[in-house]
Amino acid sequence: MSDAVVSGPIARSTGLQPRALLAGPLLFPILLSVLLIVVIAAMAVGGAGIPLERIPAALGFADPVAMTERDRLVLLSVRLPRIAIAILIGAMLASSGAIMQGLFRNPLADPALVGVSSGGALAAASSIVIGDRMTGHTAPLPFAMLPIAAFGGSLVTTAILQRLASRGRTTSIAVFLLAGLAIAALAGAGIGLLVFIADDRALRDITFWMLGSLGGATWEKVSLIAPFLLAMLAAVPFIGRGLDLLVLGESEAFHMGIAVERLKRVAIVLIAAMTGAAVAFAGVVGFVGIVVPHLLRLVIGPGHRKLLPASAILGAILLLAADTAARTIAAPAEVPIGVLTALVGAPFFLVLLLRQRGLAGL
Amino acid sequence: MSALDVQDLSVRVGAKRLLDGVSFSVDQGETVAVIGPNGAGKSTLLRALSGEIAPSEGAVLLGGRAPQAWSPRELALRRAVLSQNITVTFPFTVLEIVRMGAGDRRGKASDAVAEAALAAVDLAGFHDRIIGTLSGGEQQRVHFARVMVQLACGEEAHGPGILMLDEPTASLDLRHQLDLVAVARQCAARGTTVIAIVHDLNLAALMADRIIVLGNGRLAADGTPSQTINDGTVSRVFGVSSAVGLMPQPGAPFVLPHRAERLRA
Repeated sequence: MSDAVVSGPIARSTGLQPRALLAGPLLFPILLSVLLIVVIAAMAVGGAGIPLERIPAALGFADPVAMTERDRLVLLSVRLPRIAIAILIGAMLASSGAIMQGLFRNPLADPALVGVSSGGALAAASSIVIGDRMTGHTAPLPFAMLPIAAFGGSLVTTAILQRLASRGRTTSIAVFLLAGLAIAALAGAGIGLLVFIADDRALRDITFWMLGSLGGATWEKVSLIAPFLLAMLAAVPFIGRGLDLLVLGESEAFHMGIAVERLKRVAIVLIAAMTGAAVAFAGVVGFVGIVVPHLLRLVIGPGHRKLLPASAILGAILLLAADTAARTIAAPAEVPIGVLTALVGAPFFLVLLLRQRGLAGL
Repeated sequence: MSALDVQDLSVRVGAKRLLDGVSFSVDQGETVAVIGPNGAGKSTLLRALSGEIAPSEGAVLLGGRAPQAWSPRELALRRAVLSQNITVTFPFTVLEIVRMGAGDRRGKASDAVAEAALAAVDLAGFHDRIIGTLSGGEQQRVHFARVMVQLACGEEAHGPGILMLDEPTASLDLRHQLDLVAVARQCAARGTTVIAIVHDLNLAALMADRIIVLGNGRLAADGTPSQTINDGTVSRVFGVSSAVGLMPQPGAPFVLPHRAERLRA
């Protein structure tokens, strides 16, 4: 091959994928600007509309004369916490999807699709029922209990899934999806059982929570969920490269110097933590984790050091837009956000599945 | 000090012995081909040498230490491995894959190193292609370039390392098979130790200073190509009658199999 350059086939134009301008240094400024626009729109619209020109005043940036107390109250204690929660959950759903796809070398992996969210949901629902019994129907349930239970449930589910789908150093895509399906069904049955045995109060709590609304957001909840996302972002420099190399296979990653078992453990804990936090607050919201990383890979390529933070921002944009739509299209009623994301995401997933059909095991 | 020492190596999976009391050592800069029939334990041997599996008995010493005693990162600077049948699910470009040879170190492989590796495998000008759109043989050459980058990084850190190849020519056309042999020999000339599993006995004879023949998990023969590739070994280990001759240039033996025989145990 040393002296054979001339005989080499010339790069064909097919398969050349322009990683456009977006992939360069403009990527994050563009994504963040879009997020800012969506945030401003989300502040303005809603049951109590706040015209754009009154927003700076309500936030305390401009002449307080124009400010009404009502605007301030709506923005600071209702709308902004909800916006923050939508951003956090969207970011976590998308980036946990991206990490999971890297870990399983499978672009169709998504915590909601393969039962990890359901496992978290089952644990959370159990905690509602058990907690309700233990507090003797008197005190309100502490909110912190839900994320912890959901995290535990997600962690156990991810670990089981990994065990089931991995044999030696290979992961079967087909077994992975089918096992995920079975786990989701099992967790669904478990939740059904809980609903069956729950008393009225617990039943109301479960139903309310499973609808997956972002309503009822408070700053306290924001501060409870934010650390999970920060942990993921802090981990990106350490796991990003490893996830890239893992795409070639566990053996190859090891050959190239990655401590594969440690990488897998960190990835699983991150997936479980973020999925658990998202499930605890918003119920099972599907497809954000598939759609967002897939779109980004088309534009910026599959390298995880860019993909993970970019997924977080685009996930935030999409979920915030979806939540704003959810609370306005049928106002004053709210469309459950999980319904909305599934309506958009499921057809997208089908298209993706058809395009991936050539891949081994599908 | 030898680059690689294999002492009475046995690998068992359950009750099955995949390797049984194999011993040999390889000097720095030597080119060794491992040959043997299917199921002889060749890939298991390579996995044990690379540190992917630990010996059940005996020892593998790489630079004087068991591979498991090195951290994965340190080990990667001392040996590079090219496996077979690697599928890449995500749309990485050729250049991105080749650069992965630098592992997870912050300082990525320099463009010059990556370009040189791509040129060495006859894929200059392919950097922006998505790997999944390449043919099987082209993909194999991309991975070979990646392994060359890994070797280059290791060489920078600790001097020449060990290149381990698992049937590197399986999906290559004739020309690129010979090219790969040439590149491997160039590596060896610079001091890299090369250990390659090769199916084609003629290619093995052309490539290697020394041939290790495995049969049934045991060392069946170990020596220069002319010592190991002869009627006796081919018949005994592969169960094939053959005519063995000498290539006029460069004087390596060649094998012309003509009839399967009953394998003698």
